[in-house]
Amino acid sequence: MLNRKLRRDLWAMKGQALAIALVITSGIAVFVMSLSTLDSLRGTRASYYGDYHFAEAFASLKRAPESIRGRFEEIPGVDHAQTRVLAPANLEVEGFDDPITGRLVSIPDHGQPVLNQLYLRRGRLIEAGRDDEVVVHESFANAHGLEPGHQVTAIVNGRRKELKIVGIALSPEYVFPIAPGSIIPDFQTFGILWMARTPLEAAFDMEEAFNDIAFALRPDAQLEEVLDRVDGIIERYGGLGAYGRKDQVSHRYLSEEFRQLEQMATIYPVIFLGVAAFLLNVVVTRLVRTEREQVATLKAFGYGNASIGLHYVKFVLAIVGFGVLGGVFSGTRFGQGMSAMYMDFYRFPYLDYILQPYVVVTAALASAAAALAGTIYAVRQAALQPPAEAMRPEPPAKYSVSIVERFGLRRWLAQPTRMIIRNIERQPVKSLLASLGIAMACAILMLGFFFSDMVMLMMRIQFGLVQRDDMTVTFVEPTSYRVLHELESLPGVVHGEAFRSVPVRLRSEHHDYRTVIQGVQQGGDLNRVLDVDLQPIEMPPAGILLTDFLGGLLKVKPGDTITVEVLEGRRPIREVAVAGLVQQFIGLSAYMDIDVLNRLMREGRAVSGAYLAADSLFEPAIYSALKEAPRVAAVSVREKVLRNFHETMAEQLLTFAFFITLFAGTIAFGVVYNSARITLSERSRELASLRVLGFTRGEISFILLGELAVLTFAAIPMGYLIGEVFCRYIATALQTDLFRFPFVIQPSTYAFAATIVLASSLISSLSVRRKLDALDLVAVLKTNE
Amino acid sequence: MSSSNDQVKQPPRDIVFKARDLAKVYDMGEVKVQALRAVDLELYSGELVVLLGPSGSGKSTLLNILGGLDTATSGRVSYHDKDLTRASDRELTEYRRYYVGFVFQFYNLIPSLTAFENVAAVTEISRDPMKPEDALAVVGLTDRMNHFPAQLSGGEQQRVAIARAVAKNPAVLLCDEPTGALDSKTGIVVLEALERANRELGTTTAVITHNADIADMADRVIHLSNGFITRVDTNERKKPARELHW
Repeated sequence: MLNRKLRRDLWAMKGQALAIALVITSGIAVFVMSLSTLDSLRGTRASYYGDYHFAEAFASLKRAPESIRGRFEEIPGVDHAQTRVLAPANLEVEGFDDPITGRLVSIPDHGQPVLNQLYLRRGRLIEAGRDDEVVVHESFANAHGLEPGHQVTAIVNGRRKELKIVGIALSPEYVFPIAPGSIIPDFQTFGILWMARTPLEAAFDMEEAFNDIAFALRPDAQLEEVLDRVDGIIERYGGLGAYGRKDQVSHRYLSEEFRQLEQMATIYPVIFLGVAAFLLNVVVTRLVRTEREQVATLKAFGYGNASIGLHYVKFVLAIVGFGVLGGVFSGTRFGQGMSAMYMDFYRFPYLDYILQPYVVVTAALASAAAALAGTIYAVRQAALQPPAEAMRPEPPAKYSVSIVERFGLRRWLAQPTRMIIRNIERQPVKSLLASLGIAMACAILMLGFFFSDMVMLMMRIQFGLVQRDDMTVTFVEPTSYRVLHELESLPGVVHGEAFRSVPVRLRSEHHDYRTVIQGVQQGGDLNRVLDVDLQPIEMPPAGILLTDFLGGLLKVKPGDTITVEVLEGRRPIREVAVAGLVQQFIGLSAYMDIDVLNRLMREGRAVSGAYLAADSLFEPAIYSALKEAPRVAAVSVREKVLRNFHETMAEQLLTFAFFITLFAGTIAFGVVYNSARITLSERSRELASLRVLGFTRGEISFILLGELAVLTFAAIPMGYLIGEVFCRYIATALQTDLFRFPFVIQPSTYAFAATIVLASSLISSLSVRRKLDALDLVAVLKTNE
Repeated sequence: MSSSNDQVKQPPRDIVFKARDLAKVYDMGEVKVQALRAVDLELYSGELVVLLGPSGSGKSTLLNILGGLDTATSGRVSYHDKDLTRASDRELTEYRRYYVGFVFQFYNLIPSLTAFENVAAVTEISRDPMKPEDALAVVGLTDRMNHFPAQLSGGEQQRVAIARAVAKNPAVLLCDEPTGALDSKTGIVVLEALERANRELGTTTAVITHNADIADMADRVIHLSNGFITRVDTNERKKPARELHW
């Protein structure tokens, strides 16, 4: 019998039930979407790395004879050592004029390498004895529409070589294919090409030699020890420092990205589910309270408290059930969408979409628990009263003259206004909770949009205040300072500034970090270093400047001394004073005056590259000149970097922000609508009485909607405060080695959050207003005759 | 008091309400409930009428139609020249606002307003109201003016409701079981207040009850049963409310 009542009650309240279910759906959708995406990406990475034998340690060097390979495998813990040749190249693809840098990676003349195996998407591997065949990384192939059978030209060591594409492949080593020195992958201007070892040795003057080595380790291997032993061997061959998987570029970027995703995938769902649970609790408590008379009637029929309680528990669980189903369903769909988007960005060969049971169970339990707590509390209260008492209309609630009125405003207020104020003041906790619910909705609305505020500000700082050059030229190896004059003499180049970058490991006590020291020219204007207040600063005549986040990692402050272990050339180790901390949002570099750095290196005036200010008309001419120059490793163009950032990083972040905003908007509407509906059912008797007394529809709407308006307007500033706390927390939690975001919430974000809340209120108000118009005047007066 | 009543003092008195062939059918899905069938009725200016009948006799339906809370299914009802059967919702609201005072079984006071403010809520929207304190004086509640409903007894709450109903100087006062939720002693105090309002203000008053004893205080008693008016009695001598008991 009660079950039938349940179905009918649900149907009668379908609007409200739907709004509550939507709140749960949104909370759970964010939870499921984020966590399933994270689980899927992690799971995919793990199985990919395992199946395609991703190496666990790496080392680069200048040139070593192949004959020493055996010595690496004698190192305890090393299972396999795979030598190879890596050659930087400039690439040309027909119909694409911008400079493309590439990396040629050797694979065995026939078949797969033991480590870092290729996942062949299309075509085939290289046939034995063919010296002009290459396999191309899928991201590059797709960016240019390259297929097996197409041609690509590589300029290696200043010599052009026509190469025939035979296969399109992926590699665990280049899940995140990124050009050296870049921060954002650009699939068009950086390509990985695999070529047979023998022809590549010939092209790069590396016969019977190698310049790169990858290791598989035994499970019991001590990584640090292995790296030290490897460094010992390669030192005399121009070793650049061995490193573990965690410092491998693709893996490291991937890890940082995952960490950021992990932060988002934990913070956002927790906030969303928490807010949804809180709202659910508030709404359900109020909803069951309005059922007071029904509870009494059921008790009068002889139903026990337990079965009445169970009835409402089922009622609420039915709504929660719908919400959970909707949330899991939409969360899974959005999760697959998000994962697919990441798949465009990370080059995995396949995606194992994983929805772990714990995700669904946690989401369902959290929602159910929040709803049940509210239900049981409200049912208990209703069931405690003797039935006869509860069946009568509630005795007039106790009111008093409000504080506002006592300040002397009373005589200026008409009776309806007094009613509004007193209603709010009589139950301050309830009013506060109702307002807090709306405030929470306002707060989470800020979470999506503030994210793009931060990204945009970071972009403006990075590309407006820091990187001001039109082109960045990087050389294959440190070069004489004189090259700057050559660059400046190119037609169209207005001005050039040299830089030196040196790979180092910075140490302070037991903290260490692998990065580069950027040697910067005194008085430079094309790539500036900013202090923590974002003001450009001059390079100090001595000492090193650290990014403040890096200073935090190393636990040092200005005035302290750190150990700099240079990872190239003669590998000097020096003590350097920290001259100051600087602000940097991308990467974690250290900075020195270029001359001071060169003295530290015991080198002459060497440069690694140059920043150029150039006339945009001449840019194509400048590329083609640089492309043919043998020592130039890469040319990056500011415009393209900016555009690329928008297309990749920004898109990824903003897609997430969009989903978040969508769900936050749904929650906001659900909450406001329910607040309005419940206030209506609490006040309908009073308002009908007034209608009978001759009040117009407009006049009674003013009383009800006025209360809602006061609660909504109070909620917005409260929501701003809560939103700021959430945003600040997220901004802090998202700080990684790769990116840090300047904390900012733009006025437009505040305005947006308030607009959605107000629009939800307006729509809810209109719907409530329609219900008010249909108020049954006779029925409310009769009550239980 | 509304000005249209002023010139008429003696019978034949002004007809305030006139109903002809009034019927009301409630459509409860598959069942149709005939609440009123072919009712003819006149109420005269200044009289106190009791509508007497058991539960389900149609008396509340009749009162609701007279008060502009409900509309008849067929037949006609008019208030002076105004045809209530054809009035729009807006016209009915205006009618209730300016001409009708209601008193309900469960008082229906606004809990967040004091006795004074409950009356003022109505006088604020009326055309020619009494002062709220004067209305409260009529029902003998001057000293309880600043109390909230929760601080008043049931009888006191009902007297506030009467003060609220008469304060707008309505043309007609409609009371639906005004003593239904009260004990007899308190009920009599409430009826005295009604009696005084009727006498001193000359307001046409209709009281619904199923309590036959109350009929003794009326000018006329209209008996209803099963949706019909079965009988109309005229009391030769009205009993003062204070002499009633049940």
